[in-house]
Amino acid sequence: MADGLMQGKRGLVMGLANDKSIAWGIAKVAAEHGAELAFSYQGEALKKRVDPLAAEVGSDLVLPCDVGDGDSLDALFDALREKWGTLDFVVHAIGFSDKSELRGRYVDTSRENFRTSMDISVYSFTAVCRRAAAMMPDGGSLLTLTYYGAEKVMPHYNVMGVAKAALEASVRYLAEDLGRDGIRVNAISAGTIKTLAASGIGDFRYIMKWNEYNSPLRRNVTQEEVGKSALYLLSDLGSATTGEVLHVDAGYHVVGMKAPDAPDITKAVAKE
Amino acid sequence: MSDIEDRVRKIVVEHLGVEEEKVTENASFIDDLGADSLDTVELVMAFEEEFGIEIPDDAAETIQTFGDAVKFIKDAQ
Repeated sequence: MADGLMQGKRGLVMGLANDKSIAWGIAKVAAEHGAELAFSYQGEALKKRVDPLAAEVGSDLVLPCDVGDGDSLDALFDALREKWGTLDFVVHAIGFSDKSELRGRYVDTSRENFRTSMDISVYSFTAVCRRAAAMMPDGGSLLTLTYYGAEKVMPHYNVMGVAKAALEASVRYLAEDLGRDGIRVNAISAGTIKTLAASGIGDFRYIMKWNEYNSPLRRNVTQEEVGKSALYLLSDLGSATTGEVLHVDAGYHVVGMKAPDAPDITKAVAKE
Repeated sequence: MSDIEDRVRKIVVEHLGVEEEKVTENASFIDDLGADSLDTVELVMAFEEEFGIEIPDDAAETIQTFGDAVKFIKDAQ
């Protein structure tokens, strides 16, 4: 697809884990449309997964970054500035909660995990936006990933739901702060996708089935579909859209109750 | 050798990049085949996809060796 939508645009993709990652769906589509990409990773275990994927989209710019550490973020953006000078977009696909608190009750969330979840899943995007904006003299696009659990209670999502609500609110404040510089800030609220991160959420298979049976499109969504919607927000197609939370969820967010034709979910899941 | 064993072995060989001969009954993913903690999660996800089963967390933690994986998948089917 040499339509050039992303031709001449340089972007950083943060939070890629493997070829099941939503970040990978976005990176692939952006690269197919001409974007030049850099990737950041945290820790050697992830580096060895990111390296071959980066190579697949023609990138050898794979840099370490612990988003919980300001110095580490500075070092990442210094390296990008040295290499590229300016930046056109950032994809932030990072969140964290202690896995043991992604089941059971939200009310039992510990102070320590609450702090860490908010720091890594929410503040990191603000910290990234500030540094990225300083490298965007001609405007740019900043994108993060959220989930419907920010708006409504989803089983087991717990502290991540609270964190995603804060992340969505921060998208609105960041859009206002950076809008005058031509920098747009948006989020994609993706439907359920079986990623490495999702494997930490309790009963995820059940949640996937529920979405498949009850979303208006009667199916789940793919990484590539999230990538295609991200293309709109990252490219000039979305030039007047900022502060938005775009649902890419087969329409699930409009649904009020179980579809009458949806099978008994307990039996459907048990049968598999 | 059963079909399930073959399919599990294929996944392990491809994912961990190890030689087929090393994937024996008692081969531990982490100790013998060089898997890290993310590999073990990815393997479980690959088994779930290949065999259309669900492997809950507490069960996943008991799958340490190739033999453990084959046994769990056989029992689940």
